[in-house]
Amino acid sequence: MAKPKLAIYWAASCGGCDIAILDIEAKILEVADFFDLVFWPCAMDFKYDDVRKMQAKEITLTLFNGAIRSDENYEIAKLLRDKSVVLCAFGSCASEGCIPGLANFTDKQTIMDYVYKTSPSLEPGNGVVPQPETKVAEGTLHIPNLWNTVRTLPQVVDVDYIIPGCPPQSNQIAAVIDAVVDILKNGKPLPPKGTVLGASDKCCCDECKRQRNVKKIKKFIRPFEIVTDPEVCLMEQGMVCLGPATRSGCGAKCVAAGVPCRGCYGLPSNIRDQGAKMASALASVIDSIDEAEIEKILDTVADPLGTFYRFSLPASLLRRVQQ
Amino acid sequence: MSFEPRIVGFLCNWCSYTGADLAGTARMKYAPNVMTVRVMCSGRVDPGFVLDSFRAGADGVLVCGCHFGDCHYVEGNHKCMRRIAITKRILKGMGIQPERLRLEWVSASEGARFQEVVNSFTEEIRGLGPMRLKEWAFVPEQVEAAAAAHGE
Repeated sequence: MAKPKLAIYWAASCGGCDIAILDIEAKILEVADFFDLVFWPCAMDFKYDDVRKMQAKEITLTLFNGAIRSDENYEIAKLLRDKSVVLCAFGSCASEGCIPGLANFTDKQTIMDYVYKTSPSLEPGNGVVPQPETKVAEGTLHIPNLWNTVRTLPQVVDVDYIIPGCPPQSNQIAAVIDAVVDILKNGKPLPPKGTVLGASDKCCCDECKRQRNVKKIKKFIRPFEIVTDPEVCLMEQGMVCLGPATRSGCGAKCVAAGVPCRGCYGLPSNIRDQGAKMASALASVIDSIDEAEIEKILDTVADPLGTFYRFSLPASLLRRVQQ
Repeated sequence: MSFEPRIVGFLCNWCSYTGADLAGTARMKYAPNVMTVRVMCSGRVDPGFVLDSFRAGADGVLVCGCHFGDCHYVEGNHKCMRRIAITKRILKGMGIQPERLRLEWVSASEGARFQEVVNSFTEEIRGLGPMRLKEWAFVPEQVEAAAAAHGE
């Protein structure tokens, strides 16, 4: 029997997801043994044309990491959808936009102007701005058009499964690979379409081992401002911890180390908007019923929108800043 | 055609919904623009409900609950007040006028106040004009068209 084919692709992402796949250590040998790796631009030299030449549904499984924010990302997303039996949104960028998705707080023009014209680290006098087309002696060079709005993979193509996390934890990736091998080898049934793999349904607080008492907050603080109590809930200590609005599955590693949850595992199954849920949780713990004092306490939350929507802006109810 | 605001009103079961009922039984006339949703407590109104309303095409969202001290669940309206404060910040950050969201306390006996609140809010929203969300951002089938038209 021919080996099942595996593809791994990155769109708008940092490469951390690819590293996380390698983090499964010796198991990666099992992956290489069981699968025929047909496309993984981050690790090996493949060309898009190799994929274009494949039959429809020739790839058994595609792990797609990265958000969709350029014509190239979109084209390859469509291409891999056609060529794959199972397309999996792998990691926070593909499933909910993640850090690249913060671009939805502004627009393309502002980003281009900052990066190529006003950023303090630019070489003075070098006003080179990338153009969609450049004529050289050999012909015309094209670079893909950058989109104004960052989108998630499920917003542009049909996605079968979602593996959340920034990046997905290696033990969870290993568990998913075990499950896939089990399905392919032993004919186990596939989970229902749309299932979130490698995570659980509850929120991060469910895995957190810290003590929880009544929370009454008069002032929010940032992690560098205090030495944290190792036993007590971080939110109780005044930190904005996204645990209440974030899916569990990561093992609550950040909170165990004294760093508040940033929300990378995305929204739990019964929530539609992570930022709104976090705002709701935060409002519950503020200890005041005086309007002016509430505003003052809210002022102590540093960059509230960027914090609440750090990983999920393109997948949120409003998607992006409206003008 | 003139603009008729579409407003979603979340009314708490114990005070404001009864207040609205009183306005109705007393045959007080008020603007027909508010579509009411009865919630058990104004504290039940999650910021997500507000965002979802705007997403679904509302031009304004009205939240009404019991006056302080009257909450059936003791402090649900306190939580509501804090949630509305933070939701207004979210709206502002997302480029939506925070005035499109209003919180009012209406007791069960204040039918006339409900009438006044609905009328004034409807006029305020009429002044702000229709809410224009970037619709294409939500519809996957329109991605291609949007990419072509807006360079998105």
